[in-house]
Amino acid sequence: MKDFAALFAALDGTTRTNAKVAALAGYFETAPEADRLWTIALLSGRRPKRTVTATRLREWAAEAAGLPLWLFEESYAVVGDLAETIALVLPESDGGADRSLAAWIGDIRALSALEEPARRDWVVAAWESLATDERFVFNKLLTGGFRMGVSRKLMTRALAQATGIDEAELAHRLMGDWSPETTSYEALVLAPDPSADLSKPYPFALAYQLDGVPDDLGDPGGWAAEWKWDGIRGQLILRGGVHHLWSRGEELITDRFPEFLRARDFLPDGTVIDGEVLAMKGGAPLPFNALQKRIGRKTVPKKLLAEAPAAMLAYDLLEAGGEDLRDAPYRDRRARLEGLLAGLPPDAPVGLSEAVPFVTWTDLAALRATSRARLAEGLMLKRLGSPYRGGRRKGDWWKWKVDPFSIDAVMIYAQAGHGRRANLFTDFTFAVRDGENFVPFTKAYSGLTDAEFREITAWVRKNTLERYGPVRAVPPVHVFEIHFEGIQASPRHKSGVALRFPRMARWRRDKPVAEVDTLGHLRDMLATYG
Amino acid sequence: MGKGVLTFTDRGIYCPAGDFYIDPWRPVDRAVITHAHADHARPGHARYLATPGTAPVMRHRLGEIALETQAYGETRTIGDAHVSFHPAGHVPGSAQVRVEVGGEVWVVSGDYKTEADGLSEPFEPVRAHAFITECTFGLPVFRWRSEAALAAEINRWWASARADGRPAMLGAYALGKAQRLLTMLDGTIGPILTHGAIENTNAVLRASGLALPDTIRVTPETKAKDHSGALVLATPSALGSTWAGRFPRASKAFASGWMAVRGIRRRRAADKGFVISDHADWAGLNAAIAATGAERVFVTHGYTAQFRRWLEAEGYDAEIVETEFDGEALDSPAEDET
Repeated sequence: MKDFAALFAALDGTTRTNAKVAALAGYFETAPEADRLWTIALLSGRRPKRTVTATRLREWAAEAAGLPLWLFEESYAVVGDLAETIALVLPESDGGADRSLAAWIGDIRALSALEEPARRDWVVAAWESLATDERFVFNKLLTGGFRMGVSRKLMTRALAQATGIDEAELAHRLMGDWSPETTSYEALVLAPDPSADLSKPYPFALAYQLDGVPDDLGDPGGWAAEWKWDGIRGQLILRGGVHHLWSRGEELITDRFPEFLRARDFLPDGTVIDGEVLAMKGGAPLPFNALQKRIGRKTVPKKLLAEAPAAMLAYDLLEAGGEDLRDAPYRDRRARLEGLLAGLPPDAPVGLSEAVPFVTWTDLAALRATSRARLAEGLMLKRLGSPYRGGRRKGDWWKWKVDPFSIDAVMIYAQAGHGRRANLFTDFTFAVRDGENFVPFTKAYSGLTDAEFREITAWVRKNTLERYGPVRAVPPVHVFEIHFEGIQASPRHKSGVALRFPRMARWRRDKPVAEVDTLGHLRDMLATYG
Repeated sequence: MGKGVLTFTDRGIYCPAGDFYIDPWRPVDRAVITHAHADHARPGHARYLATPGTAPVMRHRLGEIALETQAYGETRTIGDAHVSFHPAGHVPGSAQVRVEVGGEVWVVSGDYKTEADGLSEPFEPVRAHAFITECTFGLPVFRWRSEAALAAEINRWWASARADGRPAMLGAYALGKAQRLLTMLDGTIGPILTHGAIENTNAVLRASGLALPDTIRVTPETKAKDHSGALVLATPSALGSTWAGRFPRASKAFASGWMAVRGIRRRRAADKGFVISDHADWAGLNAAIAATGAERVFVTHGYTAQFRRWLEAEGYDAEIVETEFDGEALDSPAEDET
């Protein structure tokens, strides 16, 4: 694992993309094939199952380092990363013999068969046998959350460089339901058999947010618009007489949405559709919180199936009659999609996401303003002549979301962040006024610049009223404009509301606390949009 | 234990028996100064007392001040208090202050580092009844490597940047850290350029007899292409500013004890972070405290709550004292441009 630890250090030691890709490509050229495969898996979010809980790791590490547990916890709070904290507190070591990444992962996976004392002994012995820089990587393997500052896209680019295989083709090969236990480097990367994995999805095409108005996109005649629905982006695959549903996070969610079994009654084999999974009733979407109840559930009780039945509104057709259509222009794919779905009964689990006709950008802006009433998040703009290209790219697809909800609130609690934000106060709780009192109603932790976070951190350190564990109460002084995407009733919260995607839009230094919004204002929003 | 030899006031650490303050943060009549960093040596006091090694930088930074010096180990009597300076190993000239009143000894550490850096006078443990200590890095995750290992790591990075045809730019505080790095750098790799704030401090220290390698001051006329293979020593804030823009494609690194934490390292958006501090690490703090033989320990700045609790568990009578010292600034580098 020394070469893998060295790779990690190289990736961590530079912010330049080219240097990262070069380091990774070098590793892909020289590492054993089994290690390459695991590296691809780790960098595409396929982690080995956790076989040791974080709680036990903390206890064992504190003991091995000769520290009381509370001091280990305090250290963790500052470092913001468990794997790193453990590596930093353990006594120094030069390490022992080198073993491959795949061998270590094999041992970690085998831990699940051991009793706890044996697991402990194995982990502590492993720490002793590893050099300090290897320990960090080893702990990352144990704790699962593996991020190396390398996106999947960069990893794919590096692998393309190392193998000479086209990057888009590789991205497709690396999709789907595989793990290093079920495949080999040869079968996954070098010489895949397309019939071996019929469930394999295509890389999702993603869009950048359009800031401002679309006038710069040129002639509106070259563009199509669709509603941007507020559900789960999905890919429905019908191949070999079986159907598969993938989320955009590349999770296979077929079993969670049994409704799509019937898709086979309406659609021919060899079909792949890109669309939005929504809770729908009578042909119209239900609010997102109806779908939310379904998301976490692996099996769905009958009552919930009746309450929040799921269906897909189709955006795009990626495969028809077993033929990959991604290189065809959107205009043609869309026409074939409309033909495919025309005449399906209203209770079919797949329907067309209707195009939004418009002539001028001004027309479209007026339509966009009606998004919220239609339970859409805004519009998608797609260039009529564009192929379906995986990943997030500028130019062909744009999302043009509705303006978010906005409220002015005051910060009352602050908590330090993790990872890159270790030791910096970045997680804040905000309150609105209710008469003389302040009522907390949301947390937010994004939207400020690093400089602003540094400034707030210095202020929090000097103005802490009280500490509750890692949380600090601060005087209600600083006002922020909070943006969010939705509001719903929540009896669990003191304020009675819960927000979707709250974030800090601006630090309102110009606003005195007396002018923050009120609980009544939030309740009015809930009554109108909840 | 009776009345304290030192008390803690809103102006700073005060000695009633001698009517003087140590590193006060509000103007006072008489200030005893541990070292010249801006959070310890502040302007506005009527009289100053410091070591001969600290005096030149203080004069450089504070201008015309009434400053007396006193060498390490010499004792002076102020009122009923006997006051002496002892090396703190933090920066050249830095001192701990030993105060003895009626046979009771209290020591104020100022900022300190226990490992010798080849530049600052090495830290000297002083026996005391009570020890007032910083704990900037008072958590067990902070562990420094040897000076030699650090030097090798830095020179490797410099040589590799040179091999790539890029300047190497290293961010460090102008007083102490910068000069310590100068002594670690391998001048055979290439020329060493310095930011003006650092070069000003270099000049003062050279004039007071400190041997430093040759450096070239960066001026508005400086062109990167005239100094190929150079290492540029910059202040931390200059590292991310337009000033750094005159060295395009520079590989940037930052030298600080905070670089031990990966999250903080990544936040700096530098290519590399070297874990180098002028403060004691966890082991250093514990060893220093044990060596004083003190039963009472006051912790002033850093991870005070955690460190106090640790000391209590170790059997010390430990308290937290609120001060206005910054330690090694992480997010608001007070030491930057002075």
